[in-house]
Amino acid sequence: MSDIEQFRAETRAWLEDNCPASMRTPSVAEEMVWGGRRATFTNPDSKVWLERMGAKGWTAPMWPAQYGGGGLSMAENAVLESELRRIKARPALASFGLWMLGPVLLEFASESQKLEHLPKIVRGEIRWCQGYSEPGAGSDLAGLQTKAVRDGDVYVINGQKVWTSYADQCDWIFCLVRTDTTVKHNGISFILFDMQSPGVSVKPIKLISGESPFCETFFDDVRVPARDQVGELNQGWTIAKRLLQHERTNIGDFGTAQSPQTPMHEQAKKYIGEDALGRLDDAAMRREIAKYQVRQKAYGLTYARVGQELKAGLGDGAASSILKAVGAELNKHRSELMIDMMGTQGIGWEGDGFNDWEIMQTRGWLRSKANSIEGGTTEINKNVVAKNVLGLPTK
Amino acid sequence: MALILNEEQTLLKDSAKDLMTAAAPVTRFRALRDAKDELGYSKDLWAQMVDMGWAGICIPEEFGGLDFGFHGLGLVLEETGRTLAATPLVASILVSASAITLGGNDAQKKVLLPKLAEGSLLMALALDESSHFSPHKIATQAQASGTGFKISGNKVFVLDGHVAETLIVATRTSGKTGDRAGITLFLVDRAAAGVTVTRTKMVDSRNAARISFADVQVEASAMLGELGQGADILDPVLDRAALGLAAEMLGASLEVFERTLAYLKERTQFETKIGSFQALQHRAVDMYCNLELAKSILMEALSAVDEGRTADLPVLASSAKAQLCETLHQISSEGVQMHGGIGMTDEHEIGFFLKRARVAEKTFGDAGYHYDRLANLNGF
Ligand SMILES: Cc1cc2nc3c(=O)[nH]c(=O)nc-3n(C[C@H](O)[C@H](O)[C@H](O)COP(=O)(O)OP(=O)(O)OC[C@H]3O[C@@H](n4cnc5c(N)ncnc54)[C@H](O)[C@@H]3O)c2cc1C
Repeated sequence: MSDIEQFRAETRAWLEDNCPASMRTPSVAEEMVWGGRRATFTNPDSKVWLERMGAKGWTAPMWPAQYGGGGLSMAENAVLESELRRIKARPALASFGLWMLGPVLLEFASESQKLEHLPKIVRGEIRWCQGYSEPGAGSDLAGLQTKAVRDGDVYVINGQKVWTSYADQCDWIFCLVRTDTTVKHNGISFILFDMQSPGVSVKPIKLISGESPFCETFFDDVRVPARDQVGELNQGWTIAKRLLQHERTNIGDFGTAQSPQTPMHEQAKKYIGEDALGRLDDAAMRREIAKYQVRQKAYGLTYARVGQELKAGLGDGAASSILKAVGAELNKHRSELMIDMMGTQGIGWEGDGFNDWEIMQTRGWLRSKANSIEGGTTEINKNVVAKNVLGLPTK
Repeated sequence: MALILNEEQTLLKDSAKDLMTAAAPVTRFRALRDAKDELGYSKDLWAQMVDMGWAGICIPEEFGGLDFGFHGLGLVLEETGRTLAATPLVASILVSASAITLGGNDAQKKVLLPKLAEGSLLMALALDESSHFSPHKIATQAQASGTGFKISGNKVFVLDGHVAETLIVATRTSGKTGDRAGITLFLVDRAAAGVTVTRTKMVDSRNAARISFADVQVEASAMLGELGQGADILDPVLDRAALGLAAEMLGASLEVFERTLAYLKERTQFETKIGSFQALQHRAVDMYCNLELAKSILMEALSAVDEGRTADLPVLASSAKAQLCETLHQISSEGVQMHGGIGMTDEHEIGFFLKRARVAEKTFGDAGYHYDRLANLNGF
């Protein structure tokens, strides 16, 4: 047996023994595990699953073992992924630390910072939030004004962030601060600190979907150790941009998400009915769904193609620049079709007359509108592709 | 699921590009149009393509072909799309050779395939009977007569019908118009008594024909496939046909996109390059996105043919054709708009692509047809 076949056999056996049965059923939003000091586990199995996967480092399979990761090669990781898919295992941990911060710490942080922070991300012990946007700095992120002033071996931070997702539930923040007010991009530093530090306060903001996943975050003379600055002073912009690349890959992933149980056209038939020939009884909707399915399929294949090109060392991966924008558009399109096909059952808010699934679709539709805003808007994405990929001139 | 080209495929694509650029630039196509050429294609170019082996690219070796694979044919078609080369490749090879390979008996293969591969025989499929593609809507009758059949009916939009020597005619031998069962294919000599061919010129300056059959007598041995089972050949042939067209359309889309992008970088208004205007930049990115999606779905569908994934083919072929119809439609329209007034002139080449685009969209089913088919295939 080759090494990789050996690895597959071992992995399969380990998963067989260690993945609880309820973790092999489709994910539900309430049971999603974000970890952190204040983590709650609606389903006790998800705690077991996180601990076991965390101990093996398989929440971050390709991170080096000395930082708590799985230390797997690309080939081994592919095996692990396919074995997880095979048993339909839920992700053990959802986390900004895994998706965004970890990869840049591996690239830019000092050895002691890596040893300090990465293992806790892997095990889901510390939950991170992203302190980028400010009231005056959204698309023009480098216009941020939150100030950090050096005082001995600490920074004193003052200012305000906004749209900070889950700030009210997070333990630490990775934050962009201004350390030089005379220049724009070259006056930004990337710093990590504990959200329990005196002077930090958060205020949840309610979204159009009714949820409050993000907050206004205020810093009032917050004193944080200077050793928690990542990279050089005033060189934070490079790190900030790299982190956004990781974030966008992740948001683009939404485009590949298919409603797991029932295909869209079967839902449509339930709400609209069919004609004598078994066709959906709404010709316009029928065509729209078929069109969506073609784009959806083409999108999934583009994802796969970019992967194959990278592996083969072909091309420049330019196509990956559009994945986030197209994925966001697809997810929004899917959500619009879902509530459209449901008729008035798709526009209920709460209470009698609508089942949980229907309310979830409606809320999900509202949430999907953020896909083309969060992590950089689609318009900004297009500006970047026009310039960097298509080589169009700037004025 | 190979979504990247292998080495031989890359070489083939490069040589197709070289030949098309050298021997079949758009200026040649313009010359054919202006000369009101009788054939509507260049015999010289066709001879060169045959020399390269492309006529036999997916014909089995035992019948004189290269057996290189269907993906290879797609790559050549893509390059013909870039320069608008009008060649017999679609009607004779993509469609007719596929039909003989998939549905012919040994005798038919032995006689026809080697001639197709060496470029000495041109063929065409006489299928459509109305202005809308609907392959089972066949009223043309074939009635038993003597030892064979007698064919009567009218066909329209027969690609290369004016030059083809042998026609594959879709007829009805039982059932009613629209039924999948009861369709029978026949090989008919264009010179046979009762066949009348009228050339029609389409907006893309290529040729199609209306062909009427008045009591045309054929032998039973002229039947392609089984009596009443013609759709079993027709359907997979039309999947390949749609895919081949989609490949050509990808070439045309890429060409128009690149030309338009170059113009955005070159044309100055308001003391700046027009490509610096955000309204145009974002539309250019929209086109780029559609192109990337189109490339992926086409690549997957082409490799499905060669990997023998026949069960996936109907969905993949319709998906690819629909996506390419949308993409080329958008890009060919934007191409004219972004060129401004010059784009409206006959002298500029961009308009040729717009005209070819609409004909290619209608050939073997437009986006609407394929969405409808996909819905049927997926059970809604
Ligand atoms: C659900 C959600 C979660 C988020 N989570 C976080 C988080 O955890 N941490 C965090 O820091 N931020 C977070 N954000 C903030 C997000 O990154 C910003 O909202 C985003 O970058 C846009 O900034 P803005 O809201 O200030 O919009 P603006 O920049 O004011 O944009 C308004 C509109 O103008 C357009 N526009 C702006 N500039 C241009 C231009 N040059 N060309 C063309 N159009 C332009 C935009 O595309 C947009 O349509 C989150 C946002 C959402 C919706």
